[in-house]
This record gives sequence, structure tokens and C-alpha cells, in this order.
Amino acid sequence: MTSSNRYTASEILTVLSARALENGQLVFAGIGIPLLAATLAQRLGRPGLTILFEGGVIGAFVEPGKLPPSTNDQRCTKRANMVLGSADVLLLLQRGYVDIGFMGGAQIDQYGNLNSSFIGDPDAPKVRLPGSGGGNDISSLTNMIVAMKHEKRRFVEQVDFITSPGYLRGQNSRTDAGLPAGGVFRVITELAVFGFDAETRRIKVLSLNPGVTAEEVQDNTGFPLTFDDGVTVTEPPTNEELETLRMLDPERLFTA
Amino acid sequence: MPSSDVQSYATLREDLAKRDRSLREKVVSLEEAAGLVRDGMQVGIGGSTMSRTPMALIWELIRQGRKQLSCSRCIVSTDGDLLFGGGVADEIVTSWFAQGILWGLSKVMRHHVEAGDKRYQEWSHLAMGMRFRAGGMGVPFLPIRSMLGSDLMPLRPEAKEFDCPFTGEKLLLVPALNPDVAIIHVQRCDAYGNAQIDGLQFMDIDLALAANSVILTTERIVSNDQIRRMPDHTKIPFMCVDAVVEVPYGAAPHECYGLYEPMMKHMEAYVAQVNADPVEGMKAYLDRFVYGPKNWTEFLSLIGMEEIVEASRQGRSMYND
Repeated sequence: MTSSNRYTASEILTVLSARALENGQLVFAGIGIPLLAATLAQRLGRPGLTILFEGGVIGAFVEPGKLPPSTNDQRCTKRANMVLGSADVLLLLQRGYVDIGFMGGAQIDQYGNLNSSFIGDPDAPKVRLPGSGGGNDISSLTNMIVAMKHEKRRFVEQVDFITSPGYLRGQNSRTDAGLPAGGVFRVITELAVFGFDAETRRIKVLSLNPGVTAEEVQDNTGFPLTFDDGVTVTEPPTNEELETLRMLDPERLFTA
Repeated sequence: MPSSDVQSYATLREDLAKRDRSLREKVVSLEEAAGLVRDGMQVGIGGSTMSRTPMALIWELIRQGRKQLSCSRCIVSTDGDLLFGGGVADEIVTSWFAQGILWGLSKVMRHHVEAGDKRYQEWSHLAMGMRFRAGGMGVPFLPIRSMLGSDLMPLRPEAKEFDCPFTGEKLLLVPALNPDVAIIHVQRCDAYGNAQIDGLQFMDIDLALAANSVILTTERIVSNDQIRRMPDHTKIPFMCVDAVVEVPYGAAPHECYGLYEPMMKHMEAYVAQVNADPVEGMKAYLDRFVYGPKNWTEFLSLIGMEEIVEASRQGRSMYND
């Protein structure tokens, strides 16, 4: 879907996600693109970025070419500051120590709610998906970035099932449900970068990826999109970003 | 007993008082250990995803034809496939159930859950942790601030929304989970069950304290003197433990921290086979790798020396600079 053959959809997704992370932040990363993007950010001049994994790791520096196959494998602990229990690392989210939660998504809606549990009726699902893992906890307890592939069936008006809460039904509904902290503030896809309206809490396009038109984003989205007043065009991935990324994932486990 | 039923404190104390908690030798064979798990029990499984899975014991439970178990674990991967496909478990209580992020959805889980013959009871990861922790603390529930507002909350009426008596804030009370038996794989323990876990401990300490009995499988049995030289490495104390089994490579084809990484060629072949046909593919896998071998070592030889050596090389490289 990218207009360029310099990089794959997963690669621009990872590069743009890495750009959203700042030195000094504490980032709770899921497996796949989030882990790779956070590791890329560390390698691109943000070594003070602390990565937490739900397997029970604080401050990982994953080795190039040795990406862990899950956030619960020994490779996640390489050069970490601390290893602790899974419940305890999740409690750091609840206490408020973590700046950013960073996840992938299977299905998202206009209020940033994520579904990773059921396609169809939960009592008789068409597809039983893997489930929450730490997703519900991360999205309930901290500010969150979601990185995901942009497809019409994944960007829907209302998800079949809210596994991980965004802004629920918009306005104040998240706070009213007992979730006063956090909330999704960026959604990054291979087509565009999205934010959320401060009042309605509905998703809106902030910037278009290089070579992507507004029509293209709308055509791949299952509901009418709002475009921010000053929609910008994102700078394309630099050679340094792409080369570093390919050094980290030489087998293209997560960036094929 | 349905896994959502919280046991009364009196029952918990009575059951624990009946256990022999003395410092005594508990070493048994894999076959004898599996015999301690009886049909219909709630079984807590240590480790997470592809790490420190007590695979040899799960393998032996399938061989012995155990039935109608309800199994709980923080995150489930191919162990869950085998528990469903091997006819051992009717229900799995967890936060995430697939074969691994590299392979997408588990066709085995989908086949059984979508057909309705097996149940996948989903909680958030933190909820699973606080359920085991409440069980280990001897309290009937703990409050958490996640799952609120999501569709997981109505899906799990066992969890109760609650207004905090101090602040008036909304909280979710998750019920204690006290498994009948916990099965946990560790790097080393002594004959009494003092277990030293290297690396990621996941929810194993809470699980061991919560369960009404604990079976340890261990890469090696060391002397009590050796344990006492590094007591700060002991994560599960002997009085929680009821049986100890020495099973080298007892988490294969999953990983055991510092010793071996997942045996990915075996895993990839497994996933391709069962996802191509979750019934016949699983049956063929079980026939060849579970029912076929005469013992665990023969199973390991079917995985193959080359792959085990490579997984061990990668596993030990954790300690390289």
C-alpha cells in the first residue's frame, strides 16, 4: 500500500512509531512492531528510553538479530535493569510509573477501542481471537500508542468486542467507567498518523504518510474520517532509520 | 469445581492443615507425579507462553488419559493446544491463547472453542496475576483498575464492580484462584522442593502459594547444602511443594531460561501440521510425539540432537557479555 518500494508497510509503521517515542520515557511495549520500534528508537539516539515487557522486564536492550519471539522469552531480559514478576510489572502501570503503552491491534474503532477477542457474537464467535494478554491493562492504565496495519475490516465504526478500552463511547465515557488515567493518543498505520479530538474523543487524521492521499486513507477505513485542520505530510523514512531497522530484524520476523 | 468459585477461608485453612508441610524428601517419578493430578481438577500451570512450560508433565497427563481438567495460566501457547487436542482439559483460564505471535491464531484453540466443545475463559493479564495473588494471600479477592468499561467485564460476571469505601472510586474485584494443584518447571530445586528460578518468574510464586498442592519438575535436583549457599535465589519454599521430579529438558520444545531457547524447527513443524488440520494434524502429532515414545528422553531424541544442541547454545548465550 505504500507508494514507495524503498520500504514495506511494516517498515514505515515501525519507523513512524519509533519517531513517536522520546528519550527518557518509560515505554511498556507489546511484541512485534512495538518492541521493534522501541528498540529502534534506542538505537537512533534515544538510549535513555526504558522498555518494559509484560513478561516482567524493566529496561531491556534487545540484541540485533535476536528479537524475542514473545515478551515472555529470555531474550527480553538482555541487559535489563531488573527482572520481576508479571503481575508486578503490570502493577507499575497501575501505580502510574509508565509514560506510554505501545501495542499492536487487530481491530480498532472510531473511539480507539481495540478488539483482540472475538469476531462476531462472543457467545458464538465466527473467530475466537487470542484475547487481551496485557492489552486491556495497558490501555486501561496508561497513555497509549497503537501501531497497526490499515485495512477497512480492521478500521471499523464499532468493534465487535472491546477487549482494550480506548475512549469507549466518546466524550467522558472512559472516565465515567472508572478509567480516569491514560487513553490512546496516537494510532499509527502505514497510511497515516491519527490523534483524537479533545472533546468528542473521536479519531482524526493528523498527518498523511509520504505519497498517500486523503482519499486513500478514507477508502481503507470503515467509517467517515475527520481530517485535522492542518493535516501535514510525514517525512519519509531516512536511510539511517531503514538501515538500523534492517540490522535489528535481519530475518524480517516482524517487518516482512 | 468451576474455577470461578471462591473457596471459603475455613476450607482453605483446613485443606492446607491436612498437608504434610515438613522438611522431607519428595522425589517421585514423572508417572507418579502425574498420578497426583486427578480428573476434573483445577490445574495451575507455571511459566508463560513458551517459557518454563512444565511440558513433560503435561505430556505425561495426556499419556495417562487425564480428563476434564480446568487449566489456568497467565499466557497459554502450544501447551493449551495439547491440553485441548489431547483431551485433557475442557477449560482454559488465561489472558491470551495462541501458538505464538510469530504464527498468528491457534487453529486448534479456534476449532475447539468455536465448536463449543471446549471453553476459553478470558481475563486480563493483571487480573490473572491478582487472582493467583489473592489465592496466595488467603483473601477472597483483590481490587484492580483494569477491565473496567471494557466488554471483558460483562464477559466475566465472576468479577464484581465495587465502589471504594475510602475514595468512592470504581474498582473491579477479581476473585481468588486457588488451584487444586500447580505444576511448575524450574531450573533447580532440592529433594525437599526448595526451588530456585533463574530469570523470569512470571506468576509462579503466587501460583505456588495459592495452590492446594504443588508438583515441581526440575532440570536438576541439587543438594540442600547447595540451596543454603544461595538462599536468596530460592523463589518457592519447600513447604508449598508436594512432589519433585527431575526432568532434564522438561520444558522442551519451549525454553528454560539460561539453559535452552525454544526449539523453533520443531515448533514450526508442529504449527504447520496442526494448523493445516487441527483434528487429524493434532492426532498425528500426538501419535508420533506423545503416545509413541517410551519415555521423555525418547521424545527428546525425536526432536533431534541438532536442534537441542542449538537451543542449548542459544539458551546459555544469555550469560555471554
